[in-house]
Amino acid sequence: MRFVDEYRDAEKARALSAKIASLCEPGRSYKFMEVCGGHTHTIYKHGLEDYLPETITLVHGPGCPVCVIPMGRVDDAIHIAEQPDVIMTSFGDMMRVPGGRGSFFDSMAKGAAIRMVYSPLDALKVARQNPGKHVVFMAIGFETTAPSTAMTVLRAAAEGVGNFSIFCNHVTIIPAIKAILDSPDLRLDGFIGPGHVSTVIGCRPYEFIARDYGKPLVVAGFEPLDILQSIYMLLLQLAEGRCEVENQYARVVPWAGNLKALRVINEVMELRPYFEWRGLGFISHSALRVRQRYAAFDAEQIFEIPGGRVADPKACQCGEVLKGVLKPWECKVFGTACTPETPIGTCMVSSEGACAAYYNFGRFSRERVREATR
Amino acid sequence: MCLGIPGEIVEILPGHADLAKVDVSGVRRAINIGLLDNERLQPGDWILIHVGFALSKIDEEEARAALAFLEGIGQAYDDELKALRDSSIDRG
Repeated sequence: MRFVDEYRDAEKARALSAKIASLCEPGRSYKFMEVCGGHTHTIYKHGLEDYLPETITLVHGPGCPVCVIPMGRVDDAIHIAEQPDVIMTSFGDMMRVPGGRGSFFDSMAKGAAIRMVYSPLDALKVARQNPGKHVVFMAIGFETTAPSTAMTVLRAAAEGVGNFSIFCNHVTIIPAIKAILDSPDLRLDGFIGPGHVSTVIGCRPYEFIARDYGKPLVVAGFEPLDILQSIYMLLLQLAEGRCEVENQYARVVPWAGNLKALRVINEVMELRPYFEWRGLGFISHSALRVRQRYAAFDAEQIFEIPGGRVADPKACQCGEVLKGVLKPWECKVFGTACTPETPIGTCMVSSEGACAAYYNFGRFSRERVREATR
Repeated sequence: MCLGIPGEIVEILPGHADLAKVDVSGVRRAINIGLLDNERLQPGDWILIHVGFALSKIDEEEARAALAFLEGIGQAYDDELKALRDSSIDRG
């Protein structure tokens, strides 16, 4: 059944590809940025760039929450994990992310108690089962995962769990997009908006991008046809002289987002004055911390945090890749010193990082297209 | 952790207003549905799940299309299912 669908999808992809080509003005080139690691993954996995005219370039933005965690924060988390009677819990994605002093996996090998969990609620369960230990959850992610962390803190507070806290590294997508727009490095023609983040924040927060910066944005789903359809919608706006926020993924993303999720984030967390992003540097009001009223569940209030800044390794160009200035293969260490097995930078660690996605799939994309059209 | 995975609600767990037993590609686990409490979810409804929480209600057609897509992406979905298998949320 899947093969039948794949064949039908290839037909539809070719039809969309022709419509896209017909909308491109001769002599004009286009740059669209996607700001979701899931989109990056789909683009490389399915070789979507090969369905586009050469005048369209897809640029990968800072959409992978694992990739944007600066090395200093990894070191801080490891410092907490090494305290006596602490169990650190983390999503699997975070385990191999290198800090200045190695990764969670390296720290485990030296004896730190670090456990992988699927959900922050699993971390809370570890706390209930280990009353003699303090259990910390390494909270990462955009607005997609922040409500889950917030719900877990509320649950812990309701139950009066006294040995659980979060090390909050949640980041917010809008300030990152604004930083990209304000950066002189890049001239963009529009954005492919993130899908799952938008299920929480909705489409309204993007309106300033169209209104104040004159760039269209289309919130997109994750399947190859969704992304091609979104590129078509962006080009149609440009061709018709429109500049709007549109929702290609309305079957999942409500225009207003998930109000309950926004409410629980706001109950538990507040914006930090600033936060460091790998590659983008310090961005104002771009991350969340635990509100004072939940200080008992805030690892930053419970432990001494070194808070040191660690410069990225000299050879690593994740910063340029995250800003979309460099394509993964243009980095000096891509695929040689830096591979998914021995990552130097975060973009190679996460399966949704641009470098790992390109390393795993991108290199074969032309062959895939030849197969599909044979 | 970034993948949104579709699941079908099998039952709302008695005594836990926020918890439902959900089937994801044959793996049945407890999922928190507290972020969708205005949707009045019932067995047979499909939801999109992130890290143990239902984030949006979707229709069955979307769920099946998303599952076919995820099953095609390989390692990342296998890792997510493996993590879900190890999950044992027992209280909201």
